[in-house]
Amino acid sequence: MNTRKTLADLKIGERGEIIGFTDALLSLKLLEMGCLPGSDVEMTHLAPFGDPIAIKVSGYTLTMRKDEAATIQINPLKN
Amino acid sequence: MSQRPKIALIGNPNAGKSSLFNSLTGLRQKTGNFPGVTMDKLTGVWEIEPGKEVDILDLPGIYSIYPKSIDEELVINILGNPTHEDYPDMAIVVADASNLKRNLLLFSQVRDLGIPTVLALNMIDVAESEGYVINSIKLARELNVEVAEINAKKGIGVNGLRLAVSKTLANRYASNDGLPLPVDEQLLAGIELKFGEADPYRSLLWLMEHDRLKMFSPDQRKTFDAIQDEFQFKSEEYKTSETVKRYEALSEVVERCVINLNRQWDAPPVKTWTDRLDSLFLHSVGGYLFFFLLLFVMFQAVFTWAVYPMDAIDGGVAYLNDWLKAVLPASALTGLLTDGLVAGIGGVLIFVPQIAFLFFFIAMLEETGYMSRVMFIMDKLMRRFGLNGKSVVPLISGVACAVPAIMSTRSIGSWKDRLITIMVTPLMSCSARLPIYTILISLVVPEKSILFGLFNLQGLALFGMYLLGFLMAIISAWVMKQILQVKERSYFIMELPTYKAPRFKHMAISILNSVKAFVFEAGKIIVAISIVLWVLASYGPGDSMSEVDARLRKANPMLSASELSNRIAAEKLEQSYAGHFGHFIEPAIKPLGYDWKIGIALITSFAAREVFVGTMSTIYSLGGDVDDENATIKNRMRAEINPDTGKPLYDAALGFSLLIFYAFAMQCMSTLATTYRETKSWKYPAIQFFYMTALAYLAAFITYQVLA
Repeated sequence: MNTRKTLADLKIGERGEIIGFTDALLSLKLLEMGCLPGSDVEMTHLAPFGDPIAIKVSGYTLTMRKDEAATIQINPLKN
Repeated sequence: MSQRPKIALIGNPNAGKSSLFNSLTGLRQKTGNFPGVTMDKLTGVWEIEPGKEVDILDLPGIYSIYPKSIDEELVINILGNPTHEDYPDMAIVVADASNLKRNLLLFSQVRDLGIPTVLALNMIDVAESEGYVINSIKLARELNVEVAEINAKKGIGVNGLRLAVSKTLANRYASNDGLPLPVDEQLLAGIELKFGEADPYRSLLWLMEHDRLKMFSPDQRKTFDAIQDEFQFKSEEYKTSETVKRYEALSEVVERCVINLNRQWDAPPVKTWTDRLDSLFLHSVGGYLFFFLLLFVMFQAVFTWAVYPMDAIDGGVAYLNDWLKAVLPASALTGLLTDGLVAGIGGVLIFVPQIAFLFFFIAMLEETGYMSRVMFIMDKLMRRFGLNGKSVVPLISGVACAVPAIMSTRSIGSWKDRLITIMVTPLMSCSARLPIYTILISLVVPEKSILFGLFNLQGLALFGMYLLGFLMAIISAWVMKQILQVKERSYFIMELPTYKAPRFKHMAISILNSVKAFVFEAGKIIVAISIVLWVLASYGPGDSMSEVDARLRKANPMLSASELSNRIAAEKLEQSYAGHFGHFIEPAIKPLGYDWKIGIALITSFAAREVFVGTMSTIYSLGGDVDDENATIKNRMRAEINPDTGKPLYDAALGFSLLIFYAFAMQCMSTLATTYRETKSWKYPAIQFFYMTALAYLAAFITYQVLA
């Protein structure tokens, strides 16, 4: 589905719920680092030039590049 | 081999493993790491009961047993191989209680490998402040292991941990749940047939990670490949499903053992200190400004604060030298002791204050958690040049020493990014260049305060040298990126730890270790070369040396005694073996503005650049024009006259040409050896040596020709 929102679409301060991953190799790393389906994520920082990004998920702050964030599908949540 | 039981410390990065290691072992650690770089295992001794000691092995922090980069491989190479010399009798998994679920993932994997395990719950205070109450007794029952509550930073809970460890060591009970996800029985039987009986989960680890396990030969790896093909076993899929499955089970455990008070309150999240600091440090403009400012202050400090102890050491060495000359009978041996040995050792000792300052700053960056912020804000920029945000750590540590810096590239997952980082890291100005910079800058840059006394011009010049090294490193990286057209995926999924106050004791230990390593390792080479140099500079082919005395006396009957002896000394140096070497390469270095004396220094610093200053001080104290009073290296060099112009030899053109040469030249055997070890090929150290030397020659040539 093209309309599916990903983590990369969030703006600073916006939140979402992880529903799945589109990249099999990255998903293992993401899972191990605590990005679990069903958990809430919040976009907290953009690095200079807008990439990479920092997110808050299950109590941690993780960084990833924009294209990596685009492999995480989310349901946007209202604040 | 000691007969003491071995305990491995395992845990996520930032779970408090190193703090626990330090509070258990104190100063009884065998390996000292450079600050900013904990690449290797650390070992120490813990007295668990009076008279009973155990070996503690601190392993690099990992998120799961499946490695993603080379530094993480070490852990499965030890835990997956029961015949490994470091294979532990048991493990302590240190878990951050404020994020239990993720930390338990690693715990469950380690336990399933068949290693008796104790769970150490750290940061319970943090968990409670966030509204989580953990029932650790219930958790112990659910997980079927001993659980100890600790506060690693304050050293609380060590007694409980002692008890849990003693119990586990006594019954060696490894609670093993078997495989997290079932696989074909035939598959396991196949591995067992070829590789012997093993715990099923360990067999599976062998199968999935056989390329990263050093215990297997190429043939054995082929066998694993064949088994994988035969059963159509997809490692990555299995790992992902396994991780999901483990989380499902662990969620239930956590649900039963942790009470979340926030659910009842539903309080809005509080802004933590880390959040507040991050809004400055990660700011798109402010973040860069702060980082730049920090580096600037660091170099100003290294230059201005360290001057006082340095002057004291310099003066002390000169005084000692004069005193020795005064009390000892004038002989060749006295010459060796004073001009050879003492001058050489003085050349090393004087830089200890600066190096200590430098290591202090780098340790601070790492300890506080600021280093990962730098990686974050620099990633995009570094990527344009073929590097990676993670390259920042090697580049910054390269300011101390390229050897540990190159080792720290192991955390970079992508081979191409890692290779480029290794190749350009030695262009960062390391602490061995600092002495050379210091001396040359003080000769050619006036000591002046500018901008209302805010900045010191010499400090500014020093900062410029470091900046130059960095710029050349990223430009070279960009060129290599164009040459190495490899499409390889690199990723940047990384945790930003919370800010922590630095542990000063921890830092003091690592600074002490690094300074010790510098003084002894570099010192050995410098002293050896100083002695060789003294011999080469004091003796010459045939009887050319003995001739000098008589010849000059006859030719200059009008000269005063002291002037005559200076002339004799200078002439003798020129006629010595070292002088001949210097003259031999003079044509090649003349275009850079160097004379044969500098040529001697270039030859001696070929294997280790830190020898330069020692060589200079030996050369100029042998062929000195300065009275013995106040005869520091700096004054001797300042007094050197260019015979062609009659002006001081060390003018701006020569000074800057030499500065540039030493900034770029590859003059460090240890670095080349490390590059060889890390790339497993002679090709890369060879390329590194030639491109850097060519760069140095060319840049110094241009500098001299433009300024002269």
